[in-house]
Amino acid sequence: MENLLEIKHIRKSFGGLEVLTDLNLSVRKNQVLSIIGPSGSGKSTLLRCATLLEKMDGGDLVYNGLYAARDENGRSVYAPPKTIREVRNMFGLVFQNFNLFPHYSVLKNVMEAPMLVQKRDKDEVKKEALDLLEQMGLRDKADAYPCQLSGGQQQRVSIARALAMNPKILFFDEPTSALDPELTGEILKVIRGLAEKKMTMVIVTHEMAFARDVSDYVVFMDGGVIVEEGDPKDVIDHPTRERTIQFLRRMREQ
Amino acid sequence: MSLDTMILKMGEGFGKTCAIFFLTLLFSLPLGMLVALLRMSKIRVVSWITRFVISVLRGTPLMLQLLAVTYGPFYLFGLRVARNKLVPVVIAFAINYAAYFAEIYRGGIESMPVGQYEAAEVLGYSKTQTFMRIILPQVVKRILPSITNEVVTLVKDTSMAFTVAYQEMFTIGKQIANSQSSFIPFLVAGAFYYVFNLAVDFVMGRAEKAMSYYK
Ligand SMILES: Nc1ncnc2c1ncn2[C@@H]1O[C@H](COP(=O)(O)OP(=O)(O)O)[C@@H](O)[C@H]1O
Ligand SMILES: [Mg+2]
Repeated sequence: MENLLEIKHIRKSFGGLEVLTDLNLSVRKNQVLSIIGPSGSGKSTLLRCATLLEKMDGGDLVYNGLYAARDENGRSVYAPPKTIREVRNMFGLVFQNFNLFPHYSVLKNVMEAPMLVQKRDKDEVKKEALDLLEQMGLRDKADAYPCQLSGGQQQRVSIARALAMNPKILFFDEPTSALDPELTGEILKVIRGLAEKKMTMVIVTHEMAFARDVSDYVVFMDGGVIVEEGDPKDVIDHPTRERTIQFLRRMREQ
Repeated sequence: MSLDTMILKMGEGFGKTCAIFFLTLLFSLPLGMLVALLRMSKIRVVSWITRFVISVLRGTPLMLQLLAVTYGPFYLFGLRVARNKLVPVVIAFAINYAAYFAEIYRGGIESMPVGQYEAAEVLGYSKTQTFMRIILPQVVKRILPSITNEVVTLVKDTSMAFTVAYQEMFTIGKQIANSQSSFIPFLVAGAFYYVFNLAVDFVMGRAEKAMSYYK
């Protein structure tokens, strides 16, 4: 099976604080991988390094065989801008707090990047954007502005915006954490739908039941390393490491 | 002198007042953006120098700056004082206001949440595209009330051109007041500025409303 994403021996520090320590992660095509772990364990940093929002100190970052960064003598050396653009075109990211563009209508939020960045034809992009909004149950909100939508609707727009770029892999950083509890369900349903369509996804989440049901693989992180990983039913229902057991117990108690 | 003649004479000067006003905005609004970008430069020296220049421009009287730009070249280099004083007046005003606008722009740009930059970056927007399409329009909305304040001040500040005897409305009014020993020209001038600023408020209010479709 080909690996769409490979992160090898990644290291990342902020000031003196090492946040990721020699961590490895690969994601196969069509795989849904969940990352769980206590807050401060480095999950967001890992996602931010993978999406080029943060530079790794050391390690390789490879998308579909294309090196975005290569480790040379313990330091990550990043590829030239042209390659970076190519790599960036392969992934999408859904943020915890949506980060929609408030001055654009819903439709323009979804349409602008494919037109501007991928230089695609307007009519074609518009048709696809409306289809995506339809899928998200937001066809009638195309002309609305983000401030007129609920959190759940905004997050669905941001998923549509990411999908409009036709990414090979989609990252989610706690996509439901900024939402009221009664709105998390609609987002999880959308992600579940994408999983059924075999979208490759990496999802940082605190929803254990969701991670177990939807993902093919789960990674438990703590203190900047992967403590336990594997089949979600094994890791979540029958964890073997003490730290995993404690974390899952705490999650259940909440 | 009758009130009509007074208003007529001062009205002639009002054209020059408007010239100072509009030319100052025309030059200082873009110049302020350039200064703001220099002020936020990652090159320390550039940012320090810009910061110093801004502090001098904001920390010394506009009147002094008007005198310096108009007569400085004569005292320093023996150059002739410009015949058309509009040029040095607008230069002094534009530079002074650019310093104020720069600080407003900077405040607006720095208040933008980092998530807006990151969302654009992940989608593949270039730095310029991000600034022009995502950041700037939102900054304009945020800073519009502060800009309005400055514009209102500028209307009144144009009267300072009297220090270099530029024949704008207030200068003429002052001359009439002296020759006629009358206070009326000052009241007329006050009315002119007040009405001008009503118009400014109206236009800026419209602009704010046009951008109120989103939060
Ligand atoms: N930009 C940053 N500067 C300094 N420290 C940071 C920064 N981002 C994250 N950290 C630190 O790195 C650690 C991991 O953070 P994060 O990746 O956000 O964890 P998680 O997403 O698992 O909660 C935390 O201790 C956090 O304080
Ligand atoms: Mg996080």
